Amino acid sequence: MFTKKQLLTKGLLSVAPHMFSVIPFGIVCGAIGIELGFSPLLVYAMSIIIFGGASQIVFLQLLSGGASTLIAVTSVGVINSRHLLYGAVLSEYLEKLSFVKKLLISYLVVDQGFAESNKFFQKNKNEPYLHYHLLGSGGTLWIFWQLSTLAGIILGSFVPEELGLKFAVPLTFIAIVVQDLKKLDHVIVMITCGLSSLLFFDAPFKSYIIISPIIALFVAALVLRLKK
Amino acid sequence: MTWTSIIIAGIITYFTRMTMVALVDRDLLGERIKAVLAYVPSAVFPAIIFPGIFINDYGTFIEMNDPKIFGAIVAILVGYFSRNVIATILSGLFSYWIIIFLL
Repeated sequence: MFTKKQLLTKGLLSVAPHMFSVIPFGIVCGAIGIELGFSPLLVYAMSIIIFGGASQIVFLQLLSGGASTLIAVTSVGVINSRHLLYGAVLSEYLEKLSFVKKLLISYLVVDQGFAESNKFFQKNKNEPYLHYHLLGSGGTLWIFWQLSTLAGIILGSFVPEELGLKFAVPLTFIAIVVQDLKKLDHVIVMITCGLSSLLFFDAPFKSYIIISPIIALFVAALVLRLKK
Repeated sequence: MTWTSIIIAGIITYFTRMTMVALVDRDLLGERIKAVLAYVPSAVFPAIIFPGIFINDYGTFIEMNDPKIFGAIVAILVGYFSRNVIATILSGLFSYWIIIFLL
């Protein structure tokens, strides 16, 4: 059995390697906001209020491109709807928490934190303080997201675009799923999702980001039925 | 107006995180759905990976000789065999930069 502190540390360490992607992306995110002409305070506030990298960039790009606020807000909602799936997975491990604690820890559910904590949860189902792992992973991501978007806001146009730092984003997620390439069922699900995302990329409100997981989960259900 | 919309977007985003954790009773989900949910990482992350590689900033498909494809292949191979997140990210980035800046 792990102590609360051990779990917190394990959560922190599990996402630490992803900082090689989170920090560059945070810097790009802050820099783009300034480049598009928004006030530093507004760009930074988004990191606290929304706390979702891709959706923050899309929001500012849409507004600066002349889209209505309704379209910008809807797009943020659609892009971030994937968290519903993370929550559904995590709820099994968090169900013993009090309602207030559930409300608080939910704010920290983000992609890499979900991915790494979920991997830990699957192997340690019976630990009593599992949520401390999520607190460690999500909290670490939150702190570094704040610092790196701030750095991007300050550095602004000094961040060379040629570096293509956004490419760190797909790489960090490759690192998360790459070991599942050993399992044929997962490979089928991944390819379904990936190809759907390219096929539906132009669907309104960036909805490819939730359409393709839904298609992939249907395929997963089919695969499960065939496996029996 | 922009501030209001950011706050609304923030509230909506928070609800996407909180709804399934705090509002929906886990017992409502049947065993079959729980089994399918085990595939969530494999069903979600490629929707971030594929467009991040194959579609450029202007929303169009990249050429087949784009350095991002090379970087991604290197990252997949390094990640698969090293099981190391840092090695995966850095090998992908560096192989991408080598093609851009040196070739």
